[in-house]
Parts: sequence; C-alpha cells; structure tokens
Amino acid sequence: MPMIDLQQNEKKETRKGFGDAMYELGQVREDVVVLTADLGGSLRLNDFIKHFPDRFFNAGVAEANMVGVAAGMTIGGRIPFATSFANFLTGRVYDQIRQSVAYANKNVKLCASHAGLTLGEDGATHQILEDIGLMRMLPNMTVIVPADYNQTKAATKAIVDHEGPVYLRFGRPKVPNFMPEGESFAIGKATVLQEGTDVTVVACGHMVYKSIEAAQQLADKNISVEVINMATIKPLDETAILRSVEKTGCVVTAEEHQLHGGLGDAVAHVLTTRHPAPQEIVAVQDTFGESGTPDQLMAKYGIDTPDVVAAIEKVLTRK
Amino acid sequence: MADIGHLQRIASQVRRDIVRMTHGAKSGHPGGSLGCVEYMVSLYFDVMDIRTDFSMDGKQEDLFFLSNGHISPVWYSVLARRGLFSVDELSTFRKIDSRLQGHPATAEHLPGIRMASGSLGQGLSVATGAALTKRLNGDKHLVYSLHGDGELQEGQNWEAAMFAAHHKVDNLIATIDWNGQQIDGPTDKVMNLGDLEAKFAAFGWKTLVLEDGNHMPEVLRTLETAKTYTGQGQPIVILMKAHMGYGVDFMVDDYKWHGVPPNDEQLADALSQLEETLGDY
Repeated sequence: MPMIDLQQNEKKETRKGFGDAMYELGQVREDVVVLTADLGGSLRLNDFIKHFPDRFFNAGVAEANMVGVAAGMTIGGRIPFATSFANFLTGRVYDQIRQSVAYANKNVKLCASHAGLTLGEDGATHQILEDIGLMRMLPNMTVIVPADYNQTKAATKAIVDHEGPVYLRFGRPKVPNFMPEGESFAIGKATVLQEGTDVTVVACGHMVYKSIEAAQQLADKNISVEVINMATIKPLDETAILRSVEKTGCVVTAEEHQLHGGLGDAVAHVLTTRHPAPQEIVAVQDTFGESGTPDQLMAKYGIDTPDVVAAIEKVLTRK
Repeated sequence: MADIGHLQRIASQVRRDIVRMTHGAKSGHPGGSLGCVEYMVSLYFDVMDIRTDFSMDGKQEDLFFLSNGHISPVWYSVLARRGLFSVDELSTFRKIDSRLQGHPATAEHLPGIRMASGSLGQGLSVATGAALTKRLNGDKHLVYSLHGDGELQEGQNWEAAMFAAHHKVDNLIATIDWNGQQIDGPTDKVMNLGDLEAKFAAFGWKTLVLEDGNHMPEVLRTLETAKTYTGQGQPIVILMKAHMGYGVDFMVDDYKWHGVPPNDEQLADALSQLEETLGDY
C-alpha cells in the first residue's frame, strides 16, 4: 500500500465532511431528516437547511427534547440525524439516549461535532473527553470516530443504511485530509494505513494522522510500525487487532479521549481476553482540559505526535 | 355514538386486571393505573383508529404513547382486552422472561408498545416526533399521549411544549393525568405545579380541562372535542382531573397507593367492588 504523503495533504474540517454528506444524502434520501439544537451552522448544515427546509427541525437550546423528538420521528420510517456538540449530545442527555434511543433500539443517528480537546479555546466545559466511553457502554449503540474529512463524509453516508442507533463523533478544526476520496465506509472494519512488523498502533479520530507521523519518524530509526485506523469503536474490529498483534507482539492505542472508557480500554479488553500482549495508551490522563489552541492542548495533555513516539518506544521495551 | 354501558363493562374488567396483576407481581403501580381506566378504555375502544395487526411504524393508524410508564398495568390490560395480545399473558406481568416489563419496553416486542418509558418526562418529546413524522408522511391520523402530573416537574416536558408549539404540531393530543398525587405526597406539597392551564396556554397550546376523568361520557366528549381542534396550527392538551385509585374505595385519592400492590385481603376486598364482566385472565 502507498505511504501516506505527509507533505501533500490539504486540511479540512471533519464537521464539513459531515455537512457535505448530509447535503448529498438530502438529495437522494427522502426519509432523512435533520435536527439540531441551535448549532446548524457549526455542524456545517447550511446547504441541507437551505435546500431541504421541510426536513430540518431546530430544537433550540434543548438537547433532551431533541433526542426524544428524534426517537419519535423514527416511528413511521424517518431517519433522524440529531446534531450538536459532543458534550451536549452525550453527557447532557445520557438518560434520554439510554431509554428512548438505545433501549428502545430506535434508528437515530447522533452526530456530534467539537469533540475532545481540539475544540480549543472554549475550554473544558465544552471539551468532552468521556463521550466514547459513555456511548460504547450502551447496548445497541454503534460508535464511529472517523479520522478526517473524507472518512467523516463516507461514514455519514454509510450510517444511513445501518438500522439502529449510531453515535458519530467528529471535530472542529481543520486537519489533514488523507483518507482516499470516495472510498466507501464499512462499519466495523478497520483500515491498515501502513504495514509494519515491530509494533501495532491502533488510533481513531484526529490521532490517526498523529500516529502516521509518529510511524514515519520511527522509520528513520528502523522501527517498523503498523498503523491501523480504527474508525469504528463499537463493534470493534477484533480480527484486525489480533491479526496485527500476532505479527508485532505489542500495541499502542491513541485517542483524543480520557484514558478510561475509550479506544484504549476497548483494545485492552481484546488483548487480555484473546491475545495477551503489552499495550501503552495515548490518551488524556484522567483530567479536564482548558482553553488554548488545538495544537497547544494536544501537546500539553499528552496526545501529540511525540507522545505516540514515546509510547511506541516504551511498549517495545516491554515485549 | 359510543355504547357507554359497554365501555363501562370493559373498564370494570380492566380494573380487576390491574389489581390482580399488581397483586400477582407483588409490585407495581395500581393507583395511577386505576385512575386512568376511563381514558384508556375510551381511547382504545372508541376514539382511536388503530389496527390490531401491530406494526412498529404505525402508518395510517392513530398512535398512543405512555410517558408515565409506571402505569403500565392499565395499558397492558387495555391492549390485551383490545386484542393486541392474549389476555392470558397478563399473568406474566413483572415476572422473569415476560414481555410485560415493569415499565413498557420495545425489546420484548409486545404488540402495541412503540417506545420504552419509565424514566419520566420523555414521552412528550417522543409523541411530538411521531406526530412530525405523520405530518411529513402525509398521514392524517393522530398521535395521543398520556403523562403524569408529577412528571411535569421534569424540564424536558417544557422543552417539548415549546418545540411542539413552535413547529405547529397540531396532530397531537396530549393528556395530563392531573390527580394531584405523586410518590412522596400531594403535588402541591412536593413541588407545586402552579396554574397548569395557564402554563400550557402560555406555551402556545390549545388547552382543555376535563373536570371528571373518571366519568366515561365526559372523557369521551372531551376527547372528541379535542379532535375538532386538530389541524389548526396548535398542539392540544387535555388537563384531566382524575382520581388516583378510582374504583377501589380504600385506594381512592391516597398517594400511598402510587406504587404499592394489594395483599391477599386487600385484593379480595378490591375485587368485591369490581364486577367481572369479560372473564378474568
């Protein structure tokens, strides 16, 4: 497979990938409806809103009701995409999601932007780092964290054909757009972005590109890193993890999320029960964030490229 | 015109089902269930246009959502008596491997149930969403919902009230079981709801007050009146003054019967007050 070219990539927002996909879906899927809680512009929904006003519903700043309305709208065959910032679409409305969406097993797509530290200057009140854990604990829930614009767009188009609740998590800033354009998204299937033999890095979201950067830096030291883009957190592609770790013998996970409850825990569960192997987890260390630029925050809170490099070097000593 | 006597005979049997189900389960909520019998029987045996071959999507039929899921006994009894499932199944209420969960659930695929409820305050949003989909689908049928009064202390109801008025959801008839009681005592002692009529009106709802929610002709008349207000750009709410525990003299108007089942003696006493009209399960 071709190496990802770190020099040539344009930067785009993952949320724009979501908004562009919704506009395309609106044109071909009459059953799709969109709700937002006063964040239609931030979710890049302007084209959908302009062209399909009859299928767009603003709930105002009232996320609990929005989730309930979305659950009700599934009855009669509509596919509601309920949108907000990740903080307000998970923790704030957990019981509504648990009862009216997950337990009732309704075909609601919860689509959340501004997840994690890279929300930036708004600070810790808005920087949710617990949402992957909250959502993956719920039975019936599918959890997807795409890596870039192209993959967010593809994932958005894929979940419309998946019957059942989905949590789709993306972010605010412009980030490198490196996944192949036009490639369809398969829920539950990981993508090996770079093959290697010494260590497996399993990453999601914005940390996928950081992991590729780390892998290419370590290539200069003759360390062969396999990089897996684990865009579906639940159901987890256990086969892809096991196939890789059987070859490499150790794992690093990388996520823009708390240490507890996220991708690292999910992968650790696979390893401990199926194929014990050393693992290091690159994640936020059980603390809240603060105001700052996305780059400053990722560096300060230990989820930057050097942190992935350090974790790889550490896990190699434990093999 | 509805046969009032026929509906009252059904109501008596539903009340027997409620006290027998909660007694059999040694748990459950008889008080609110007994108070809403006239409303539920009116809906399912006269007012609503429903199909007994259940489909989750419920297209081209009226829909009902129970927000205060703890009064599941009255709903289960009415669904069974209406023919959506066997009345024999009522004996499984709250028992292991049953489709009749303590609070309504969709996971067990019990015909008639389209949404889980139990954690309070979520049903008005759900009913509003279902009504919006009916509108988008060009389906002229209506959506009905029932809510406890204590449940209105949950803020989500008022988010939904704002939303439904703003989006002109005028194919929705919500009813509040305004019995003035909740688990810890009278609502005006626990958390006063204030002037509910003025509150819903201020939110932009067409508001009707049903003075006696345990008087079958008045319940029917109010529901029929509410239907005449649909399609006029406003959601509709019926504030139904009903009596918790109605039909069983030692339960009526006593909040202590919110969530306590009758014991053997109390069951016998209750059943002696309620005629068996359609055959016990």
